[in-house]
Amino acid sequence: MSHAAPPAHYTSMGLDSRKMGFWAFIGSECLLFGSLISTYLVYQGRSVAGPTPSQILNIPVTSISTFDLLMSSLWMVLALAAVQRGDMKWAKIWLLGVAIGGTIFLGFQFYEFSSFVREGLTMQANLFGCTFFILTGTHGAHVTVGVLWMLTLWVRALQGKLGPQHAMTVEIAGLYWHFVDVVWIVIFTLVYLLHK
Amino acid sequence: MSEATGLKSWLTTTDHKRIGKLYFWTAFVMFLIGGLEAELIRIQLAKPENSFVGADTYNQLFTMHGTTMVFMALMPLAAAFFNYIVPLQIGARDVAFPRLNAFSYWVFLLGTVFMNASWLLPHHPAPDGGWFGYATLTEKQFNPGPNIDFWLLGLQILGIASLAAGFNFIVTILNLRAPGMKMMRLPVFSWMTLVTSFLMITAFPVITVALVFLMFDRVFGTHFYLPSAGGDPVLWQHLFWLFGHPEVYILILPAMGVVSEILPTFARKPLFGYTVVVYSGVLIGFMGWGVWSHHMFSVGLGPIADSVFALTTMLIAIPTGVKIFNWLATLWGGQIKLTVAMCFALGFIGLFTIGGLSGVTHASPPADLQQTDTYYVVAHFHYVLFGGTMMGLFAGMYYWWPKMTGRLLSEPLGYVHFWLTFIGMNLTFFPMHFTGLLGMPRRVYTYTHDLGVDDMNMASTIGAIILGVGMIFFVYNMWRTRTKGAVAGPNPWGGATLEWSIPSPPPVHNFDVIPTVTSRLPLWDSPPAPKTPPGHIHVPGGSWWPMVAAAGLPLMALAPLTHTLWIVFVGGAVLIYGIYRWAYEPFEV
Repeated sequence: MSHAAPPAHYTSMGLDSRKMGFWAFIGSECLLFGSLISTYLVYQGRSVAGPTPSQILNIPVTSISTFDLLMSSLWMVLALAAVQRGDMKWAKIWLLGVAIGGTIFLGFQFYEFSSFVREGLTMQANLFGCTFFILTGTHGAHVTVGVLWMLTLWVRALQGKLGPQHAMTVEIAGLYWHFVDVVWIVIFTLVYLLHK
Repeated sequence: MSEATGLKSWLTTTDHKRIGKLYFWTAFVMFLIGGLEAELIRIQLAKPENSFVGADTYNQLFTMHGTTMVFMALMPLAAAFFNYIVPLQIGARDVAFPRLNAFSYWVFLLGTVFMNASWLLPHHPAPDGGWFGYATLTEKQFNPGPNIDFWLLGLQILGIASLAAGFNFIVTILNLRAPGMKMMRLPVFSWMTLVTSFLMITAFPVITVALVFLMFDRVFGTHFYLPSAGGDPVLWQHLFWLFGHPEVYILILPAMGVVSEILPTFARKPLFGYTVVVYSGVLIGFMGWGVWSHHMFSVGLGPIADSVFALTTMLIAIPTGVKIFNWLATLWGGQIKLTVAMCFALGFIGLFTIGGLSGVTHASPPADLQQTDTYYVVAHFHYVLFGGTMMGLFAGMYYWWPKMTGRLLSEPLGYVHFWLTFIGMNLTFFPMHFTGLLGMPRRVYTYTHDLGVDDMNMASTIGAIILGVGMIFFVYNMWRTRTKGAVAGPNPWGGATLEWSIPSPPPVHNFDVIPTVTSRLPLWDSPPAPKTPPGHIHVPGGSWWPMVAAAGLPLMALAPLTHTLWIVFVGGAVLIYGIYRWAYEPFEV
């Protein structure tokens, strides 16, 4: 990912190779989440036992964590802008902010999962449990990877090893973060807002 | 610039040519193992009510034969050529991400070892649920042993190798082309590699999700495919074939690319309708996503779904047929040289056409209902995957062997290999059309004399033995050529594409000077002027970390296999440690 000053390689498309590779990765991830979301939708309302989504989903609480995750995307934009203009003081603040925002989201998810289990919704309880936990769990795993990535960049910045010459590294991390955020918007809409 | 030698230089290599060779030899060994499994199947079926192997072992043999050939032999054999040839064809010094490329190979190797290790354990618990792994046969209550766990974990590992390779080759082909190498000047093999790479990065996530569901069902007791809790086994079929049909094109498109290189070379004519061949390949790539339910006509999806998928399946035959006519038109009026590579390429056209036509017959649901799960289908897809993919890959082996080793394979031995393969292949698989239509079911370890298919099964078995003898000639040919093969020189066939403009085998940096391309057939239109070699050419160094990171994956997979949680943390730690060292080691592409 980031090593000494990335040389300005000639590329046929004029686009940084790492960035192009990452876009391909995001395309691939769309199929991954697409399969998970389709399965959730196909199995919607087919559970033979409870609890059902309307009995258990806590939309106000999840709205707060959704807001938090959306805000972290804004901080990601600000982090990249700070790195690009060489303002490493604010870059460190915003990168840490993204990591904290992600961690708060994961905390909400931990709270949500554990309260669901207490109320009887486990992965084994019914089809809703199977599909809900695997979909939101996969998303949570992606957020976890993102938090580790942001913390890595933050530590590199603290060590003075991240500067404007690494703007592409931060931009790619940002692509990942925004993608994970967009996936959550889809999940929040389909699973929480349009639940049956 | 001298090349490092020794074991360490291979373990840490990031050179696309060495990784290509590693892919080739690993996949070739797996091809021989998969072939051995096929021979055992044919011995069991040589006569009715045979007891050479029992039903359980037979299930394992056909499961591992299919899984091995698809994921561990044919795909990686194609990947060997992606690795070795594509950077040379596009005028690049390496792939876009050399260490990711090494990672792909090590993940592929370790996934292969992981799945096949099941043969070596006590009671050899090798996978036994078919390469298609239909739920609910693969669920815990019907298959409680570790067999299916080996399969579903091994496939997840192999999928990661394919994904990483897909990203790498998309970027390599789009971004690392030599100056002047416009997309419409790209050799067809590189074009088909690009389409295949897009199919890999889109199809593998789908099977990964299907396998994760199955893993959760088996390990954590979820109900994704269990009807008792409202789950639906047909979901598995949809996800599997949504991956599985693009996978068919992942297997055939590279062979089509190989043949599109060889026919012009040995007909001394440019490929007829280059643009149409390329666009047909791209169209096949898109349409390959819209035909998956033709594998599921017998499920009973209803007349609307059946009609739609029958139509799309018949439609996809059009771009395929277009390619066949373009190849034939390339031959028309050419000065044809029947080298061994050319013989295999011509064999590809004929046999693939037969397989394509029998495929169109089961595009029609009423006909398919008679054919499904019979040997007719076995005949069909072996004409496509052996008559098509393998003939194409053999053609590629004879064609590019001199480029990869500097020496030519023996042509006389090659003709023996070709004719034994061509005759053996037809003797094995052509009678299966009839055994199938007469009612012999697939995947059953024996049959009775009353079915009236004794002679045809014996013919298939004799054909399989002829195929095996052909392979012995090929292996001997490869062995012999190390010392006795004629020295090839840069361009033994008079090829037109850039890989033939440099010495055989190429130096570690490939091109002394990156060529500037002005046409589709650079070596025919304007032979490159001798270049003065520049002073220093940067070549990426080696790295241990791709292999270390790759080792984390089979370690993690041991956790669900043995139901031991802590192993997943060990494996995860190895993976993350490898990735961090990889990310922050000094390494200049």
